[in-house]
Amino acid sequence: MNTAIRCSQLVMTYPGRPPIEAVRSLDLEIARGECFGLLGPNGAGKTTTIEILEGLLTPVSGEVEILGRRWGNGEDDEVRQRIGISLQETRLSEKLTIRETVTLFRSFYRSGLDPDEAIARVSLQEKAHARVGKLSGGQRQRLAVACALVGDPELMFLDEPTTGLDPQSRRQLWDIIRDFRRQGRTILLTTHYMDEAEKLCDRVAIVDHGQVIALGSPAELIARLGGDHVIELSFAEEGPVMPAEQFAELPGVLAARAENGTICLRVSQLHTVLPAVLDRVEEQSVPLSRLSTRHASLEDVFVQLTGRHLRDEGEA
Amino acid sequence: MRWSNWALGQMVLARLREFYREPEAVFWVYGFPILMTIALGVAFRENPEPQYRVDVSSGSESSSVTSTLETEKTSKGDPRYLVKTLERDEAIARLRSGKSDLFVHASGRKFTYLFVPTRPESKLARDEVNNLLQRAAGRIDPVNNTSEELNERGGRYIDFLVPGLLGMGLMGGGLWGVGFVTVDMRIRKLLKRLVATPMRKRDFLASLMVSRLIFMVPEVLVLLLFAWLAFDVTIAGSLWAVVFLILLGAFSFAGLGLLIACRAKTMEAVSGLMNLVMLPMWVLSGIFFSSERFPEFLQPFIRLLPLTALINALRAVMLDGMSLLSQWSELLTLVLWGSVSFVLALRLFRWS
Repeated sequence: MNTAIRCSQLVMTYPGRPPIEAVRSLDLEIARGECFGLLGPNGAGKTTTIEILEGLLTPVSGEVEILGRRWGNGEDDEVRQRIGISLQETRLSEKLTIRETVTLFRSFYRSGLDPDEAIARVSLQEKAHARVGKLSGGQRQRLAVACALVGDPELMFLDEPTTGLDPQSRRQLWDIIRDFRRQGRTILLTTHYMDEAEKLCDRVAIVDHGQVIALGSPAELIARLGGDHVIELSFAEEGPVMPAEQFAELPGVLAARAENGTICLRVSQLHTVLPAVLDRVEEQSVPLSRLSTRHASLEDVFVQLTGRHLRDEGEA
Repeated sequence: MRWSNWALGQMVLARLREFYREPEAVFWVYGFPILMTIALGVAFRENPEPQYRVDVSSGSESSSVTSTLETEKTSKGDPRYLVKTLERDEAIARLRSGKSDLFVHASGRKFTYLFVPTRPESKLARDEVNNLLQRAAGRIDPVNNTSEELNERGGRYIDFLVPGLLGMGLMGGGLWGVGFVTVDMRIRKLLKRLVATPMRKRDFLASLMVSRLIFMVPEVLVLLLFAWLAFDVTIAGSLWAVVFLILLGAFSFAGLGLLIACRAKTMEAVSGLMNLVMLPMWVLSGIFFSSERFPEFLQPFIRLLPLTALINALRAVMLDGMSLLSQWSELLTLVLWGSVSFVLALRLFRWS
């Protein structure tokens, strides 16, 4: 049995006028030992999907199998004993200390870690006797993960574990997740940060409008774009601007598009294309304000697939 | 099994910690019943003699009425009569607005009384003044009589009131305490987080009820102790019977609180439901006066209310020294309310 999570033809519709189709025929198969990411913009159906898999929501239709068992078959408790969950947003009791909270969660499991061990895994030992109400956002998130870890799960679900955290807190959480993964356990996480998915996940599914639109390892998905470099050009604010089409025809440019005054060119051979691009700018004698090159990312994959950015609408 | 692994115990412990770490909550739970007892106790302790505010017609024939009443007041030392001489119209206006209790007009050998029949003190004033005036005019009562006042412990209003207040406190504490906490946890998505663990749902609901029972014991003891020290209110029956009734009452109302809060998604919704459930009991269950005052056809319904059962049983034990066993129908009512509510709540409970 090498499959940790399997779901097929998952459909979830919320009542409304018109009804909201949160998940539209979604299939996933996640192997044991894998760190799998559901990547997508807000409202793509990531949380609905993960909550169906966690057995917290009942789908309109579709099959779900978690560790070889199905929800609602009288085996729920058996499954719950073996999984750990961190919801997108949970406000744990502010009046309790970290240790009291983790001990409370430990009491629900037949076997698991010592609460102090779980607290140590998320590096909160020094705060063990602090009240939850006094913790920073990053510390609270690590506590949430400690509550997921304390039952010593084989499979952990993390819904947007790093949203809204500062860079240092994010890196701390990544370390915790990598640590768990290194023990051969399975993780399913959702995120709308591409860098997070690229750094952490063995495979990702890009989700948009309730469907998987791309599936594979981050490297594969980027490779599928064709070119793995991006050249970005910006022009002086009040000066003349060159249209993106002027670059599209250059040999070696696979895609060109303009947005917010910046031209993005996806290319395969940076060293041959870049001089040609600069020549073209020189010919027109248009002043450049910025020129940069970078590796293509999952963000580019998403833009390529949907024409939109992952975090388009006023997302922090 | 180690104590630290015992989920029900851990959940009760968590509730207790949350409660005692919230100073305002502690004040409202323990301070409020005391303030209430003080206020009501002060209002009713003296049981002051009623005063009769009598307006007498300004006509010349009525002056004998004024002088009779004034004589009663000055020579016999009866301070109950407050007499004023007024025109009829003004006196009627005062009667209507409750500023006086009675208007007397005399003409020839006839007294005319104007009073408000729906106000007990108004009727009382008419009867008292009439007796006085009749006797002054020469009436002799055919049969001798004497009156004795019963002021012994157990018969005073405060003795009647304390069991009512206990019941009211248990109802409020059980419903608000359990209901608010439940909805608050639902809003914070803590319920959803808990149900994502292998926690047993009945343990969770039971932990809310058990923690409520534990909070109630000191609350009630404080109130009983205060009533004893300040007003000399004692328990005629067994103290253990009272404690048992208090725990059973807390259980019953905690169960009802769970049921009320089992689906509510907002504080406004749960507050509305709470008030809807509590209102009939505040009015009908005999907190401040005996529920026997309501019409006969309502009595079976009133007796089915958990607060009526609790208060009646408490009064029977505290005032009349009855045994618990004699209150079996009240006990059964409380057990049924608590357990049926718990089972229903468990089935209907919304976790997210």
